[in-house]
Amino acid sequence: MRSFSLIDFVSLFAALRWTVALVVLALGFGAPLALGLAMGRISRFAGLRWTMAACIQIVQSVPLLGLLFFFYFGMPVFLGIQVPALVAVTVAYTLYTAAFLGEIWRGGLEAVKQAQWEAGACLGVSAWQQFRHIIAPQALRLSLPPTVGFLVQLIKGTSLASILGFVELARAGQVVSAATFQPLLTYALVAAIYFALCLPFTLWSRSLEARLDGSR
Amino acid sequence: MALVEIRDVHKTFGKVEVLKGVSLDVEEGEIVTIIGRSGSGKSTLLRCINALESVDSGEIRVEGERVHAKMPDLKKFRQRVGIVFQAFNLFPHLKVERNVTLAPLLTGRTDKARARALAEDVLARVGLADKIDAWPEQLSGGQQQRVAIARCLAMAPHLMLFDEVTSALDPELVGEVLKVMEAMAKQGMTMILVTHEMGFARNVANRIVFMHQGRVWEQGPPAKLFASPETPELASFIASAK
Repeated sequence: MRSFSLIDFVSLFAALRWTVALVVLALGFGAPLALGLAMGRISRFAGLRWTMAACIQIVQSVPLLGLLFFFYFGMPVFLGIQVPALVAVTVAYTLYTAAFLGEIWRGGLEAVKQAQWEAGACLGVSAWQQFRHIIAPQALRLSLPPTVGFLVQLIKGTSLASILGFVELARAGQVVSAATFQPLLTYALVAAIYFALCLPFTLWSRSLEARLDGSR
Repeated sequence: MALVEIRDVHKTFGKVEVLKGVSLDVEEGEIVTIIGRSGSGKSTLLRCINALESVDSGEIRVEGERVHAKMPDLKKFRQRVGIVFQAFNLFPHLKVERNVTLAPLLTGRTDKARARALAEDVLARVGLADKIDAWPEQLSGGQQQRVAIARCLAMAPHLMLFDEVTSALDPELVGEVLKVMEAMAKQGMTMILVTHEMGFARNVANRIVFMHQGRVWEQGPPAKLFASPETPELASFIASAK
């Protein structure tokens, strides 16, 4: 046993890199996929709508832990492929992000009045332009609070990756706590770092909401 | 050749036949007002002219071109035919200027450098030049409806359709919108209106079309139609509208 020292601070902050990296990967791959899912869910083609809904339903009803286990431990068993941990984690978090963000954004898109599409169509604007310039900006504003809410969930959810051996913030906390025998201090510090990580997003979302609000 | 030619148009929603063989011609520069009880098919007819609804049988031609929802240049067609609705449907996330210039910019009708001037021009025509930098929510209903009209004018349409554009307005705001429409009429715009404003129908329109049960029941110049209706249905409608 040794006392809590600078080196422990450093190891916690070093582990923060993985937390951030996992969030960036999840959003980088997951957000475009989510946009596709959301657009598929409001498509005129019933087949596409149902397929997208089924994909979302499946992913949403599996615990994130289950997704991680499936891609890391399950793939070798079912398909005989050993996936590197980083790939397994990226795929799991990407699907998780896509399913939840996709539903959030679909809700936002559907909350914009149908008449707004019609108003655009009547001016001779193409369907894509209606989406891009009329519907999406309004939907974005409506879905901003739940989107940021999900982002905060995702940041905290990256702690599950520790199970596959990623020394991210939560796992680093465990290690430091075991080494220093000061769990209270260590976990308080870990919690403070998570808080500091999430707070800017919440604040940013508020200011963005105000800025995107046409009436103010 | 008339600007708008409607030939024996039928339209059914589910089991309800809304249009039962409507034929109507509208000449260039003409102001035609469609009146009738709710459910008589007025709004549906208007929406068919803009291909917002497709007809089941019969045909509609605008400037000689057959109108239907799958026409290859539907977008180009809709740029020539403006429509204003009862609910103004302004874009709430854009200022008045962008509301007016969005479609002209996206369709290549204007560019960024000239967009502001275009907005100033059409807003002046509806008497709202000073509201160019306002948000839609800051405007009264009548002002919002005038912006909606300006938004159509920015596309320089050949034909304007008005679907009960004053019905959602407080009575004291109706006049300002009608005045704008009257000015457009004087400038020679071809207009087809569905309205409950009998005063406007009487004073501005060249022709009144009375629709009843999905048919054109009676039509003619306003003075004649209001003074001596030929059918009992129109007579009772005029009596009830007073």
